[in-house]
Amino acid sequence: MTAKLSLRGVRKRFGDLEVCKGIDLDVGEGEMVCLIGASGSGKSTLLRCMNLLEPIDDGTIWLDGTDISEPGLDPQPVRQKIGIVFQSFNLFPHMTAAENVMLAPRRVRGLSRDTLRPRVTQLFARFGLEDRMDYYPDQLSGGQQQRVAIIRALAMEPEIMLFDEITSALDPELVGEVLDVLRDLRQQGMTMVLATHEMGFARELADKVCFLDAGRILEQGPPETLFAAPREARTKAFLSRVL
Amino acid sequence: MADTSSQNRAAELLAKTPTRREAYEADVRRRSNRIALISTVSVVLAIIVLVPLAPGWEAVQRAFFNGRVFAATFPGLLDAFLLNVMIFAWSAPLIALTGLAIALCRDARAPALFPVRLFGIAYTDVFRGLPVVLVIYIIGFGVPGLGLPRPWNSPYIWGTLALVLVYSAYVAEVIRSGIDSIHQSQRSAAASLGLSDRDIMRFVVLPQAIRNVVPANMNLFIALQKDVALLSFIGPVEVFRQAGVYKSLYANFTPYVGAALIFLVLTVPATRYADYLMNKQNRARS
Repeated sequence: MTAKLSLRGVRKRFGDLEVCKGIDLDVGEGEMVCLIGASGSGKSTLLRCMNLLEPIDDGTIWLDGTDISEPGLDPQPVRQKIGIVFQSFNLFPHMTAAENVMLAPRRVRGLSRDTLRPRVTQLFARFGLEDRMDYYPDQLSGGQQQRVAIIRALAMEPEIMLFDEITSALDPELVGEVLDVLRDLRQQGMTMVLATHEMGFARELADKVCFLDAGRILEQGPPETLFAAPREARTKAFLSRVL
Repeated sequence: MADTSSQNRAAELLAKTPTRREAYEADVRRRSNRIALISTVSVVLAIIVLVPLAPGWEAVQRAFFNGRVFAATFPGLLDAFLLNVMIFAWSAPLIALTGLAIALCRDARAPALFPVRLFGIAYTDVFRGLPVVLVIYIIGFGVPGLGLPRPWNSPYIWGTLALVLVYSAYVAEVIRSGIDSIHQSQRSAAASLGLSDRDIMRFVVLPQAIRNVVPANMNLFIALQKDVALLSFIGPVEVFRQAGVYKSLYANFTPYVGAALIFLVLTVPATRYADYLMNKQNRARS
């Protein structure tokens, strides 16, 4: 079977520091893949490479069998298919929640506010935020902001969603509401790749868990295997520290 | 009912009784206020009493603070100041627009636009590097001197152009610093949604950047209000020039003091307001 998204030998360096040292990874249609590993192990960079926010130095990324890592390729159409949500939300502070969500569909798809409003209202309602649409980001809690950021990415109707430690900047009591959104997306069959520290969540919902260590995927497999019986000593050490 | 209201009163009373700390701090505050008041009053009194006793004070008063000359000239100065306001009013929007355009020139990334970028850099370097008066002389005297027909030889046109050239260079630099201050993550977020570079600048970066540099730009426009007086060198009889006329007429410097007063009434509140905005912004950021 061909995977929705395939990485082969992906390398990325920042100056002298090689952050990804040849990553191979397959993400199947409708699959949820979790990347785990210590800070600095390359999870975030790998996600940013997948939607071409960072150009890769070597290797290939295939999306539906098309090479999207070709240097000089226009990244915009790819980014429309692969949405990303960041740890620090990165909402646009000068726009209301609804404006944040509508900006890209308006400018990239050329849709009008009037056309978008009902669909966007529906999205906000689905995530329990319909009464917060016209609030500015600084009037929302962290959990609400992160849900708006997810809605913003979903509004472009991406085929794949990437999540970069989206609960790490949240107060513990707000983590649940954001994880619920991910559960919901999982049920809808969205293809997802998450960098996460929420091991319980990864164990519960992931199809595949990858352990990254110093820029390599050291071990990958279904969560029951990887969490219960890790093969590598480093995986064991990491898991014993975080579980 | 009666029970709850008496409870409320008790709670109010409790809230009103200051703690030991509050009582102590209130005490310290009262004492510092008293000392500050006494010290200020004695200094002001000393100035009022001692300055008129100084030798030569009468001559100074006659030359600079002459009530009769002030009353005779101040209305005329106010009239002349209207011209300053008008020159300011049409220069300011031109400066803001030109400054924005130059800032965007310097940000042009496409290779084909390299000359545009080069122009932006040269423009800001040149006009920030020249005294305003010099530019006003070169353009304000020089260009009409080429023998242009009316109305194209008007010092208003060329004087305004000189102000626009110099001040837009400063405004451009301020806007560019605002653009640089927007965190990379905002661009990333916009790019990840598939927005073009143009749209990222227009809808995400610029609106935030311009808001951030409002106080800095206000300071520039306060400076502009003062520098409008420099146009008097090439002809327009604005408040500074008018004061000069009165000075010669009355052989007295009071008109200059009157002109100074008019500027201060405008610039001091404006400067304070800009400082207030700047402080507010700094507090919001920390």
